[in-house]
Amino acid sequence: MSERMKVSSNPHIRSKVTTNGIMLAVVIALMPATGFGIYNFGVRALAVILVTVASTVLTEFLFGLYKKKATVSDLSAVVTGLLLALNLPATIPLWMAALGGVFAILTVKMLFGGLGQNFMNPALAARCFLLISFPTAMTAFECDAYTGATPLAALKAGEQVNVMDMVMGHTAGTIGETSVIALVAGACFLLALGVIDLRIPGSYIVTFVLFAGIFGGRGFDPAYLSAQLAGGGLMLGAFFMATDYVTRPITIKGQYVFGIFLGIMTGIFRIFGPGAEGVSYAIVLGNLLVPLIERVTKPVAFGYQRGGKRA
Amino acid sequence: MAKFTFVGGIHPYDGKDLSKDKPIRDILPEGEVVYPLSQHIGAPAKAIVKKGDRVLAGQKIAEGGGFVSAPIYASVSGTVKAVEPRRVVTGDMVMSIIIDNDKKYEAVAFSPKAPLEDMCREDIIDCIREAGIVGMGGAGFPTHVKLCPKEPDQIDYVIANCAECEPYLTSDYRRMLEEPEKLVGGLKILLLLFQNAHGILAVEDNKPDCIELLRKLTKEEPRISVKALKTKYPQGAERQLIYASTGRRINSSMLPADVGCVVNNVDTVVAVYRAVAQGRPLIERIVTVTGDAVAKPQNFRVPIGTSYRELIEAAGGFKVPPEKVVCGGPMMGFAMFDLNVPTTKTSTALLAFTKDEVSAMEPGPCINCGRCVEVCPGRVIPSRLADCAEHFDEEAFLENNGMECCECGCCSFVCPAKRPLTQEIKSMRKIQLAKRKK
Repeated sequence: MSERMKVSSNPHIRSKVTTNGIMLAVVIALMPATGFGIYNFGVRALAVILVTVASTVLTEFLFGLYKKKATVSDLSAVVTGLLLALNLPATIPLWMAALGGVFAILTVKMLFGGLGQNFMNPALAARCFLLISFPTAMTAFECDAYTGATPLAALKAGEQVNVMDMVMGHTAGTIGETSVIALVAGACFLLALGVIDLRIPGSYIVTFVLFAGIFGGRGFDPAYLSAQLAGGGLMLGAFFMATDYVTRPITIKGQYVFGIFLGIMTGIFRIFGPGAEGVSYAIVLGNLLVPLIERVTKPVAFGYQRGGKRA
Repeated sequence: MAKFTFVGGIHPYDGKDLSKDKPIRDILPEGEVVYPLSQHIGAPAKAIVKKGDRVLAGQKIAEGGGFVSAPIYASVSGTVKAVEPRRVVTGDMVMSIIIDNDKKYEAVAFSPKAPLEDMCREDIIDCIREAGIVGMGGAGFPTHVKLCPKEPDQIDYVIANCAECEPYLTSDYRRMLEEPEKLVGGLKILLLLFQNAHGILAVEDNKPDCIELLRKLTKEEPRISVKALKTKYPQGAERQLIYASTGRRINSSMLPADVGCVVNNVDTVVAVYRAVAQGRPLIERIVTVTGDAVAKPQNFRVPIGTSYRELIEAAGGFKVPPEKVVCGGPMMGFAMFDLNVPTTKTSTALLAFTKDEVSAMEPGPCINCGRCVEVCPGRVIPSRLADCAEHFDEEAFLENNGMECCECGCCSFVCPAKRPLTQEIKSMRKIQLAKRKK
């Protein structure tokens, strides 16, 4: 026997899709929103993005050194850092942004076992952490271009809002959430690549629209509903945060349930809550329910009927 | 009603162009020929020859060891060199009959037992059992057992599995193109056994020429239809095939006969035809030798027992040294560490790859992406089952329908973290199956 051959269990071929590839696709998909955020809010936004990404990547790197297991190359820390930055106002003090990055990676992700083990979306958990710890800094949306409230807050106060500006993104808000066009362009890229599908964003958005229409007090008024849709973190949340693999149900039916739950919770927070926003809390809350949702939506194996009987 | 496909599945690079246009070529073994006594599911066959005996091609050398078993025939003439354990494809040592090939290829005279019209059901099944026919799609379940369900009148469909959904394989394709009348003839014989059944030739729609040819041949046959199934792996898996062609579903603890179906692979049906209509035992089969490391990929008609090494040599040897050699398809085949093992009744292909995609990538942590759930034809959660298997949590494994896995390999194929999901689940299933037997 001269040949030396490799032996392994079947199958002997593998698809080209890798974890790195998926993470890279998400980063690319976030680029339009990131670019628009910098254009909209200026250099200050760029600084926040750089500091946040640097702090997540560095935290992951240092933790890897401590655990003697390098995981930073899987790009997941870049995705977390970028998503967190897009969820911060451009005026936030840089040290707070850095602290958020450390919290996202160290507390939410690494201490629970690293990639794939966290039960909450790290970026959103960090946003909520900052929102609770520094409420003023986190809601200070005044910057050079815009003064005053976000469109959603204005809407809640009963003021008129310009929906066209909201779709384009020329409004106050966090760095990445304002431009619907940029976010949808990125989402289309991910949909086309098959990285995400419409189950969660679709059921989320449809449920939310129905909820806002029924309980919003303005009926199915198109202007009101489109402002609700385009405002706040809904687009960013529905396409980029709720679809986070690790913290959404893995079962197909469970994903619909998850989306519907998020839609209802977002509606409750936005319409009946004290603030105008609700996406972050809805998703973080939804994350906590995932094990339960997965349990009740366990798929029926081929050749069985629900309840374990044969088909 | 039939859906012509199933939920889940994958579309890997099919690689069939390498060998699909190469006509079947006969090859004769040069060296010794080895017949493992266990090349089917069930009791091993019992050798009825001993060292020094002279045998002819087509002579029975081992008798079936029980009802679920099959006899074995010599495929060449020569003298019995030994009856001893030899290594087989899976790596096990199996008691085998070794024949020193005299290269005269003298065969016994074959003749049908009786004209088909005069045969009753028992005669036909007897013929099939005597010919040593087993499921040639890979499992190797003795065909006569499949053909004896409790109530033959309750069988509604006899399905010929012509899907050939494994990438790279073209042996069934060539068989259908070159000997379609034998396939149809075999199916007609099977229909004699099941008076109320309809015959289905289930072909994947990436073989339009086969579909057209078979449709033309069965135009006058009211009891046979050709179904074009969607091209998707694992369309040819028994449970998926039954669902795609009849809309009926079975789970792992049921037999096709429970929903009125009998499924046989193309080569098995052809072997039935040869056994019943021509009196020929099963001594040869078609094997595809292909892959990017093979000099001249092609399809061979191989006397069973020929060493895989001779097949590679007949295909011009290796163009470049292969990193991995697989017996069978790339999705469900066995990786080989030694080419000096014999072909058996269930051999379908020999693949040689210059690069091994499995060892090229290090497995990472599961990111819960759900791709395995989407593609799983068994409708289970492979990533979770693999976790249960890894932690040896038997209870959770069974509760999550671990036994419904058909080991098709789709989950490992799509996993972006490159986790060996199929392997984990497979080893746990083996343990559970062994426990059940106790």
